[in-house]
Amino acid sequence: MKGAATMPHAKLEAQGVCLDIDNDRTRLRLPVLHDIDLTVAEGELVCIVGPSGCGKSTFLNAVDGLSKITSGRILVDGREIAGPGPDRAMVFQHDSLFPWRTVLQNVMYGLDLQGRLGKGERIERARALVELVGLSGFADHYPHELSGGMRQRVNIARALVMNPQLLLLDEPFAALDAQTREFMQVELLKILARARTTALFVTHQINEAVFLADRVVVFSARPAGVKEIIAIDLPGPRTLAIKHQTAFLALEERIWRLIEQEAEQTGMLTVA
Amino acid sequence: MDALSASQESAAAKPALRKSLWARHENALLGTFSMLAFLAFWEASVRFGWVNPLFTSSPSRILRTAIELFADGSIFYDIEVSGYEFIVGYGMAVLIGVPLGILMGWYARVDAVLDPFVSALYATPRIALLPLMMIWFGIGVASKIAVVFLGAVFPILVNTITGMRTINADFIKVARSFGSSDRQLFLTVALPSSVPLLLTGLRLGLGHALVGIVVGEMYGATHGLGFLIATAGARFQTDKVMVGIILIASAGVAMTQLLRRIEKRFERWRPAIGG
Repeated sequence: MKGAATMPHAKLEAQGVCLDIDNDRTRLRLPVLHDIDLTVAEGELVCIVGPSGCGKSTFLNAVDGLSKITSGRILVDGREIAGPGPDRAMVFQHDSLFPWRTVLQNVMYGLDLQGRLGKGERIERARALVELVGLSGFADHYPHELSGGMRQRVNIARALVMNPQLLLLDEPFAALDAQTREFMQVELLKILARARTTALFVTHQINEAVFLADRVVVFSARPAGVKEIIAIDLPGPRTLAIKHQTAFLALEERIWRLIEQEAEQTGMLTVA
Repeated sequence: MDALSASQESAAAKPALRKSLWARHENALLGTFSMLAFLAFWEASVRFGWVNPLFTSSPSRILRTAIELFADGSIFYDIEVSGYEFIVGYGMAVLIGVPLGILMGWYARVDAVLDPFVSALYATPRIALLPLMMIWFGIGVASKIAVVFLGAVFPILVNTITGMRTINADFIKVARSFGSSDRQLFLTVALPSSVPLLLTGLRLGLGHALVGIVVGEMYGATHGLGFLIATAGARFQTDKVMVGIILIASAGVAMTQLLRRIEKRFERWRPAIGG
């Protein structure tokens, strides 16, 4: 791991990341993340799966800089992070689009805050991203006029407009119906290929993780740690047909077993 | 898919325009008819001697009295006085209530200091403060302005505070993730998301302000529409009472409609409820 820190192609490195949460009511210190080591290479798409509530999203928030870690280090491009920064952008779960902003204005949000570019340039860049996610005709629509899938495209565009080194996606398709979800998975792979962004994707759907990822990281039950990392060497460009191949199903099965083991443990823990 | 329906919406609106006059204005027309029927029945019951116009008045009598009052010009001064009290009192309530509400909603310390006063006064029926206002500000317009202000300022204040407080936690997370400063969070998230409740506060405050005018002038005044209603009532001039009521009610309806328009303007981004 020490050696990896100097390797130029490591986009994200998490070294011994621990995160405890103090519960004010019970006055107990709850470990949520325990000693997480994880490296994501440039251009890679890594998915994190794990039992529900294990701390996947917490880890993602920590990488984004929204949550402070208790110990360990998180490095992006070899530099330790201190809070949110323009090198990372997060795609949140549904309904986090600002309802009072149009599609274009939502995509522009990060640029507006940064205030580095003139208005014309911001609009131009936002337009390019709206086009990239295939919503050119809807730039002036308000979020409530869009379908769930379209809203999630806006959400992705809003993050990508910042030209992030690392794109963080927190169960972005969780609220979509099954069909739209599958289409959006294909769409995301296309968008990421076009934008050439490194991505860390949290999901609770194993099927989704195997389909999208170059590697799948399985988290253990709370406190979350890396239980296993599985390389997904399925050929690209991936289409939905791949989901019926034996190799795909075998990977899905293997990851499911790992999570099942963890979930059983949590089940016993919560009864106590 | 929703995508298609959204783009077709504007196209679908055109054939709708070709619907018959009745279909387009059904609700408005029904309302007008029922109102006309009611007025006709009222007029008839007086003409046929079913009721005593001394108590009920009648549409034609009200109209005649209104014309007289406007013709001799005596009512204009009452309208002017009430209008002045409303504009100054309500205006002050907006100018003080909105900024103070934003401050109290944003800074917990400001809220902690002022909340006991706001809560206590909000719970007090402001009409109960009328005698005090008379003692402090006299029988003229100043005491009525104070009552209008007190009536309107609290709904505006309380709704603005609530609007600032009930910000969707997801929005705050998004803003923080994009590196927003506190100032930017305030300007880009807190303010826009509090607009709907702020406007609700303005509308509620409007109703309280009108009550303030009427009750204030009835309690003790020398001019104004409330004063006109009170004195006419004491002399059994039912027609004149009705004229006063109608004037105040119309002003209330007109201003509420105006605020609704403004609300619609600000809430284009909101899905229409039930539509």
